Amino acid sequence: MNADVLIVGAGVTGAAIARELSRYKLRILLLEKEAEPAFGVSKSNSGIIHAGTQNSPASVKGWLCVEGNRLMREEIAADLGLNFVQCGQLIVIFDLADLPELEKIREEGEELGVKGLELKDRAWLNANEPNLGPEVKAALLVPSAGIISPYRFVYALVENAVKNGAELKTSRKVSAIRPLEGGGFEVVAGGEVFRTRFLVNAAGLYADELSALAGAPTFKITPRKGEEYLLDKKREHIVNRIIFPLPSKTSKGILIIKTSDGNPMIGPTAHDTPDKEDLSTSDEGLAEVLAGARRMAPSISKSDIIAYFSGLRPVSGKDFIIRHEDSVPGLINAAGIQSPGLTSAPAIAVMVAGILKEHGLGLEPKEEFHRLRPRPVHLFQVPLDETRRLIGKNPAYGDIVCRCELVSAQEIREALKRGARTLDGVKFRTRAQAGRCHGGFCTTRIMKIMQEELGFPVTAVTKRGPGSELIKDERK
Amino acid sequence: MAAALAARAAGVEDVLLLERDQHLGGILNQCIHPGFGLHHFKEELTGPEYADRFVKQVEEDGGIEVSLRSFAVKLTKDKELSYLRPGALEEVKARSIILATGCRERTREMIQLPGTRPAGIYPAGLAQKMVNMEGWLPGREAVIVGSGDIGLIMARRMALEGIAVKAVIEIQKTSRGLVRNVVQCLEDFGIPLYLQHRVSMIHGRDRVEKVLVVKVDEELKDIPGTGFEIACDTVLVSVGLIPENELLEMAGAEIDRKTNTPVAPEVNLTSVPGVFACGNACKVYDLVDWVTRDSGLAGKMAAEYLGSLK
Ligand SMILES: Cc1cc2nc3c(=O)[nH]c(=O)nc-3n(C[C@H](O)[C@H](O)[C@H](O)COP(=O)(O)OP(=O)(O)OC[C@H]3O[C@@H](n4cnc5c(N)ncnc54)[C@H](O)[C@@H]3O)c2cc1C
Repeated sequence: MNADVLIVGAGVTGAAIARELSRYKLRILLLEKEAEPAFGVSKSNSGIIHAGTQNSPASVKGWLCVEGNRLMREEIAADLGLNFVQCGQLIVIFDLADLPELEKIREEGEELGVKGLELKDRAWLNANEPNLGPEVKAALLVPSAGIISPYRFVYALVENAVKNGAELKTSRKVSAIRPLEGGGFEVVAGGEVFRTRFLVNAAGLYADELSALAGAPTFKITPRKGEEYLLDKKREHIVNRIIFPLPSKTSKGILIIKTSDGNPMIGPTAHDTPDKEDLSTSDEGLAEVLAGARRMAPSISKSDIIAYFSGLRPVSGKDFIIRHEDSVPGLINAAGIQSPGLTSAPAIAVMVAGILKEHGLGLEPKEEFHRLRPRPVHLFQVPLDETRRLIGKNPAYGDIVCRCELVSAQEIREALKRGARTLDGVKFRTRAQAGRCHGGFCTTRIMKIMQEELGFPVTAVTKRGPGSELIKDERK
Repeated sequence: MAAALAARAAGVEDVLLLERDQHLGGILNQCIHPGFGLHHFKEELTGPEYADRFVKQVEEDGGIEVSLRSFAVKLTKDKELSYLRPGALEEVKARSIILATGCRERTREMIQLPGTRPAGIYPAGLAQKMVNMEGWLPGREAVIVGSGDIGLIMARRMALEGIAVKAVIEIQKTSRGLVRNVVQCLEDFGIPLYLQHRVSMIHGRDRVEKVLVVKVDEELKDIPGTGFEIACDTVLVSVGLIPENELLEMAGAEIDRKTNTPVAPEVNLTSVPGVFACGNACKVYDLVDWVTRDSGLAGKMAAEYLGSLK
């Protein structure tokens, strides 16, 4: 197959680029090595749409973050039917001697164009964040920060890109890249060969290896691990905004995060690791996260924890690497997309489109670009009267599969129609298995629905792709 | 079912029995081992046989309307209950409500078991459902974390299916399960039980590959130098049950945060008059016979409550 632009990696970066380019008359191909989009870094992060503060005005990522935040608030959330909540954030200090640090964050934020920054004293905090502990002395309020479900953001971008003509191919690990005489590349992935004029590398943790494969070994990615711990929904109102301490050299610190599904989250740690596959959590990480969070909100306890995970930030130096590699004409890297990559992705996409244009790709707008994507139904988000109307339309909305998160058989089927192929894919799209019982009750039912809808045997049902089958054998 | 039948016997005319599953009997249906009914029926039955005796009585009783695949989503303190079933959202106002919603299993997450999150980690009850209800074998080499009864029963069940059960790891000094289960399910099958040990790490990217085990001291702290590895593709977690009382909470009843049970002076009572909780939703029982006994009492209490309204 021939493409004008072949994008490697269907994380938030690749997905946003695919959607941005799908506005134009182009053949776009998005290749992903995993069984589904959003199974890399983009599935395990804090889900914060950062305002742009805590970045140097001299950085590229600072500007992209502010612009990504604006795009989310003003366009993307509404266009793609996302459950974005602009809850705002507070950066707190434990010692008034640190006020100058907060001042500096404010000044740098304002230089980047972040609006509405305000210093708040303890009296204001008492009235607005009553669960903050006595150690907290003052805070900087950042109103434009918000939260989102990171994987549902990626799914929405991919679905909309596909709706607009981009092609997605999963289980296609790019294993060889050959520059062609006269320009362009031949790309081998999952046993198939593709040809493309431009190659965009959005391969997350593996972007260094991919760039090297294309002939530009110009940087190295070091994973920086972050462990995160989700709390019970019963603690939903522990804080009203996202709470940050002052940032350290390597991270924004241990936060108390609101999530768009209601469960508060605490984390993430930030420790470099040599292993790109190491997604383990540890006793030490848990202790560090609990201590950090409890300093800000002492009522948080270990028994509030209902789930946890870790993610790896693809770090290469201090900033993002977004550039055309002049040594390999036609190769554009969107690499080193550490935090705030989730926020910045829509702005990165616009920037990448600009670089492509600069290097000769014609960007002619399509007559019709489908900007809007209908919001999928989630019973847990709608009032009972709406549920009644939905059941009237389709009885299967009344057939509840996941009791903890109230997910119906119809929602599972829709998730499969939208591209879910694994249990994690179903979970990320619908929340089925994401509640208190962690799938104890609903897993077998979901597996049977997958068997019916996708037509494969139950022994082929996986958690997240080949090798993660749930069932080893069927009883004779 | 015991509560419904007892309420009828005590004179209640109209009983609606809601069940979210497609059959009555709840968790008993997957407990195909014997050991049920020794006290109540004075004979040894399997779980499904025990349940079946009640299903028959319920079916024969003209005053009990059974609604299956019916999922209660909302309960108010005025006993207005909304439930979903395929094709309908129903709303009923009852004069008394009995919640017999059972337990869910405590999970890996609740004990913050460290490590990766590959396929192959199952709550023991889910593994039981897979094997006994669906005929699916979840793995080939298993380690069981926690010595709750479901875990012990599953150790034997898997051994019988030819799955190598390599160890049961229990952090406490004694098993959490019944002594008879330790003897019949572990000792008789030569399955080692490691008391005062914990799993300190789960390894594996896509599927479980091995676990690390370490001995702990009196304060449950790791004893350095005692760690060892067990290769396995499956980890079953059997670390106890928690009553499911989310509906009761919605109705405004007082709930004990630690045990997730209703706060009340007497068994089956809740802080909302006319709303009762029985069986494992009221407290975690170790024998179904006692569940039946106390649930029967709950049916009677509901009948008396209705009488007091007249
Ligand atoms: C703990 C943590 C918390 C974070 N919190 C936030 C936050 O709150 N807000 C925020 O804005 N950002 C946050 N981030 C950063 C954000 O998650 C990342 O910047 C972003 O997800 C990176 O997306 P990506 O698409 O570049 O990478 P990925 O999502 O990793 O996508 C890359 C994709 O490329 C695929 N791929 C790799 N190699 C190949 C190949 N050879 N062939 C085909 N496909 C390939 C991978 O499978 C993967 O799907 C956080 C990160 C972490 C780890």
